Amino acid sequence: MAFARMQGSGRSRLLPIAIVVGLLVAAGGVAVLLDPKGGQNLLASIYDLIGNAAGAEALRNGQGDQFIAKIVLAAIALLVGVGGIWLLFTGVSSLVELFPPKPRDRIMPWVFVVPALLLLGVYLVYPAVATVIRSFQDDNDAFTLANWSSLATGPFLEILRNNVIWLVAATSGSVGLGLLIAALFDRIRRESLAKVFVFAPQAISLVGATVIWSFVYAWQPASQPQFGLLNAIWTAFGGEPVPWGTLFPINIPAEIVIMIWLQAGFAMVVLSAAIKGVPVEVTEAARLDGASERQLYFQVIIPMIRGSIITVTTTIAIATLKIFDIVMSISGGRNHDDVVAVRMFTEMFQFFNDGRAAALATILFIAVLPVMILNLRNFRRQAAI
Amino acid sequence: MMSAPAQPIARPSTRRFAFWRAPMLESLPLRLSVLIICFLWTLPTAGLLVSSLRNPLLITKSGWWEGLLNLFGADQWTIGNYVQVVTSEGMGASFLNSLIVTVPSTVIPITIAAFAAYAFAWIPFPGRGFLFIIVVALLVVPLQMALIPILRSYAGASLYGTFVGIWLAHTAFGLPLAIFLLYNFISQLPRDLFESAAIDGASHFQTFIRVVVPLSVPALGAFTIFQFLWVWNDLLIALVFLGPGGDVRIMPTALFNMIGSRGGSWHLLTAGAFVTMVVPLLVFLLLQRAFVRGILAGSVKA
Repeated sequence: MAFARMQGSGRSRLLPIAIVVGLLVAAGGVAVLLDPKGGQNLLASIYDLIGNAAGAEALRNGQGDQFIAKIVLAAIALLVGVGGIWLLFTGVSSLVELFPPKPRDRIMPWVFVVPALLLLGVYLVYPAVATVIRSFQDDNDAFTLANWSSLATGPFLEILRNNVIWLVAATSGSVGLGLLIAALFDRIRRESLAKVFVFAPQAISLVGATVIWSFVYAWQPASQPQFGLLNAIWTAFGGEPVPWGTLFPINIPAEIVIMIWLQAGFAMVVLSAAIKGVPVEVTEAARLDGASERQLYFQVIIPMIRGSIITVTTTIAIATLKIFDIVMSISGGRNHDDVVAVRMFTEMFQFFNDGRAAALATILFIAVLPVMILNLRNFRRQAAI
Repeated sequence: MMSAPAQPIARPSTRRFAFWRAPMLESLPLRLSVLIICFLWTLPTAGLLVSSLRNPLLITKSGWWEGLLNLFGADQWTIGNYVQVVTSEGMGASFLNSLIVTVPSTVIPITIAAFAAYAFAWIPFPGRGFLFIIVVALLVVPLQMALIPILRSYAGASLYGTFVGIWLAHTAFGLPLAIFLLYNFISQLPRDLFESAAIDGASHFQTFIRVVVPLSVPALGAFTIFQFLWVWNDLLIALVFLGPGGDVRIMPTALFNMIGSRGGSWHLLTAGAFVTMVVPLLVFLLLQRAFVRGILAGSVKA
């Protein structure tokens, strides 16, 4: 190849051109992606080029090879989404590298951090401030406290109560069960195999988990066969069939069980690793002093893994606080089981009451503030060392 | 599988940990309770899987466990539920949409975060400490705080319902954790590496590509898996920024819609739920160790 011989200077001249071409292609891809019918239109143009007018016509009318159009779109999306971001960094960096060393080294760190800072500013910092302000405004942007005072009325107090129940029950249930399972599994030989069963639910979506459990909770009138596992067992013991997932107040614990089923595996894995980190000398010494197994756990091991327990508890508590998918899928919060995140969604998309939705979001923010302060303090302390 | 009773008590070389766990190790009640826990944890998913393969007429006539008792019954099993879900219920198209959403929403944040984390860890620039404090503060900000203003600007910028729009949203929401985790890892790399790279005349960009990226593969991999699963399983961001219907529907949204429209059609719901679970479960089973690392790494996600 001719290019190979003129590597040195030739490469530095070719590179910018290649990058510009690449960025233009990426920009074209983004344009296709922003067009709601982008895939179909692109494939139709290709069909026109190769003389398949009928196929192109069908595509533009929303018929024909829709699936192929989708695959074309997927290919472009992956190319732009994955290649584009690397091209951007490589391109800008290699342009900056053409500068003399001094300004180059001053500009380069900004090339690296500005994309991140821009996104964080636009998508998190600015919206968070705007949401707090919006919670004090009515629909005409005038100052009001109505959004907040309305939260002190009946249905909203119920929502806040539900969130507290979720927070306490789901968090303590997951952490407690996780700790118990970690302690039990720690003493068997096939520990890692056993863990797989409890940990697997972590992989699946909350919507999927809700379908799984809705099937367990399925209800039929007493005259019909109960195909839901729980009601089959319940009626076998002489009970009347119960619509577990939809009947208040039993529906709230039924929903919380789904969360515990998902999160206990996470708690188990973290706490199991922590238990294994307790030095053998410590447990040996406790045994020599005559501690029973129970004393060993409650008075030696649990205090020693306190840090991990706090981390797990905070993590699960934050996830529980923002619980959305389970309640949304099971009832949409219509059976006295509404929670803050679901209600925020309903306020936004059903009642178009952005002000109240903003106040609900701000409640979640206030609830995590202590964790944020703790994080900052920990980080400051570490950085100081 | 009894633990050999004839062995002498002390065999520290082969079973190092057996000693301190000795009193209860492998006792019958312990083993039974472990078996029961594993059984209970798997039962709901097993019921879903069995039902999704049953004849639709039988699912609501008898429990799935009765189907197992009648394993070789005529007309008991079918894959028709899956065929219907993937084709006429649109799960096939949703699967492609999920891929289109998830892969860039994983690659873009991790790329941006890796560059930023390297700069925060090793390149001095004015305001570095303050800017990083902001990243740490953003770690736990609920993404609900972002929904209303961004949705408003999306409507104006015609980004609502587009893949590019949801990529950017997922990217930004994943960034604080990604930067924080990668910073923790990259800042622990030995200083000598960067000094010798600088002596060799490598620019920051070359150092990043040739030194930082290859050495950070474990951290990058862990976060990749975490973010991939998080985006793949997400319902809220998809409902808000892509909307409930249309051509861009991803799998959790499709399943969510099926609960509403096909609430009683358990043959479709069970098959649909299982289709959405295939990819995450494969990731889980094939990449278990990296998966655990990823979940643990993501444990501070807000």
